[in-house]
Amino acid sequence: MTAPEPPEASPDTASGGPLEAPADYPLRFEGAAVVLGGRTIWSGVNLDVRAGEFVAVLGPNGVGKSTLVKAALGVVPLSAGRVEVLGGEPGAAGRAIGYLPQRRSFDGGLRIRGIDVVRLGLDGDRWGVPLPGASKFFSRRRHDDERLDEVIELVGARSYCERPIGQVSGGEQQRLLIAQALVRRPKLLLLDEPLDSLDLPNQSSVAALISRICREEGVTVVMVAHDVNPILTYLDGVVYVAKGGAVSGRPTEVITSTTLSRLYDTPIEVLTTSDGRLVVVGQPEAPAHHSDRHTGLPR
Amino acid sequence: MTAAQSAPGLSWNVSADLSQLFSYHFMVNAFAAGTIVAIVAGAVGWFMVLRRQSFAGHTLAVVSFPGAAGAIWLGISATAGYFAASIAAAVVIAMVPRSGAGRGYSQESAVIGTVQVFALACGVLFVSLYGGFLDSLTGLLFGTFLGISNSQVLILGVVGAGVLVALAVIARPLFFATVDADIAVARGVPTKLLSVLFLLLLGCTAAEVSQITGALLVFALLVMPPAAAQQLSARPGTSFLVTIVFGLLVTWLGLGAAYFSVYPVGFFVTTFGFIAYVAASAWRAISKRRDSRLALGPA
Ligand SMILES: Nc1ncnc2c1ncn2[C@@H]1O[C@H](COP(=O)(O)OP(=O)(O)O)[C@@H](O)[C@H]1O
Ligand SMILES: [Mg+2]
Repeated sequence: MTAPEPPEASPDTASGGPLEAPADYPLRFEGAAVVLGGRTIWSGVNLDVRAGEFVAVLGPNGVGKSTLVKAALGVVPLSAGRVEVLGGEPGAAGRAIGYLPQRRSFDGGLRIRGIDVVRLGLDGDRWGVPLPGASKFFSRRRHDDERLDEVIELVGARSYCERPIGQVSGGEQQRLLIAQALVRRPKLLLLDEPLDSLDLPNQSSVAALISRICREEGVTVVMVAHDVNPILTYLDGVVYVAKGGAVSGRPTEVITSTTLSRLYDTPIEVLTTSDGRLVVVGQPEAPAHHSDRHTGLPR
Repeated sequence: MTAAQSAPGLSWNVSADLSQLFSYHFMVNAFAAGTIVAIVAGAVGWFMVLRRQSFAGHTLAVVSFPGAAGAIWLGISATAGYFAASIAAAVVIAMVPRSGAGRGYSQESAVIGTVQVFALACGVLFVSLYGGFLDSLTGLLFGTFLGISNSQVLILGVVGAGVLVALAVIARPLFFATVDADIAVARGVPTKLLSVLFLLLLGCTAAEVSQITGALLVFALLVMPPAAAQQLSARPGTSFLVTIVFGLLVTWLGLGAAYFSVYPVGFFVTTFGFIAYVAASAWRAISKRRDSRLALGPA
């Protein structure tokens, strides 16, 4: 991972130099910047995620963590710099990326089984109708069924995958959605706050599941989180987004009083509790440069 | 239309009743048209209920009423009026901008409601301009099975087959976009295009159903069978097939009952649809209670 960079970058980094072998770095940002609605969300972001790493994107609400993930997906365009995803343009990697958007829950009245939602991750973008009983005649359909079985087993959703998805708990929905993101064997998994709205036991078990997927399936995981503690022990790297820029590195390098104080330009203390949890004190919650007409609710 | 023709004797001899039913050419046409419409309405309605677009479906049907009334007044084919008005309205609704979060939908329903009530008013005007106020008004609003011509059956069949083929082509991505829009977008499914296409198919379908049930009672075939079927099963394939079966039963029973009585067909089709929905809801409530009792019971 690169050394921390000041959050300023000139647009000429867009031309960019030759990058290293793509296999080593499934996700790279180089002097990247995003402007949304006339406002620079962040700029000068440098990031190198190595293959097989588990990296967290951290930072207060509204600083642009989801925007970072969307830039990697190619859904949000860069205004400067470049993003390289699996050795190509963002958005070109399609099948090789698994994505889980932020705060997605299903309407309680939706009468569709969890396993059907997982299957959509596999074949939802194919035209036509799936014919019942097709697995007897088509080997692709048989492979699909086997893979579906595998991911359901992997996330431990066997007992509830036949229930309507609107009626399973938040933690169960999250596991099903992780299965959906995984079902095509992606090389890169982008998870946007998958622990959000889960209770503590579920947070730690879903975090353990994601880490296990990262190690056992050899998938590179980039995960947005609001709180680093449930995942701290599993992480290879963190990206801390704040104040229009970002720093990245090992968790022990980034989540320190010195680095965060420099990033926020204001004194910040990182404390370690007796059970090894990190507490960040003095971090402004809303982005300091917040200048648009929306005034956020007091947090 | 005379009372003697509308209320023939019903005996306990089913085969005699059936042969009496089909000895009239208009009755054969009514069953052919009803069968086509029931299948198309079931297939499209299944997606409509899943997409929570029932209000749009109802409006497209209501709009077909001024279309048909206007066509009759101008002395052109009522069938053409039905389709032209519904498809035009589908285009209008598709053009209403819809911004992802809630706000867009309420904007949409206000626009749809405004269009709907204005259409109804125009229809009443056209009917009174034409002169034959009462007869055509009840027929157009509440359905009739008399006087369905061979060419009308042919048009219903051709349009219906077109709708079914188009729906079969887009079925899986449409299902994906309906159940899980965020992921579908990230996977490159053209969700906006699909929603426009679906509205056009819904417009054609609403125009077809209106010709049997009347413009105000389309829900009998468009909503009740899929809503009942989705209560009974959370498996997409199963609930889809059950929808079609319910639609056919409701239509056939409704036409038969209307033939042997003096009351309008719309009433019977709606009543049988209502019974199916209530029965399905009751069945689900009972099986849910049984499940929770089983879950709590032996603890
Ligand atoms: N389409 C958009 N147009 C303008 N501003 C946007 C848009 N999407 C997000 N933003 C703004 O970008 C900022 C970062 O958003 P986001 O990436 O969702 O933050 P986070 O995920 O860190 O909470 C927020 O202030 C938000 O208001
Ligand atoms: Mg976010």
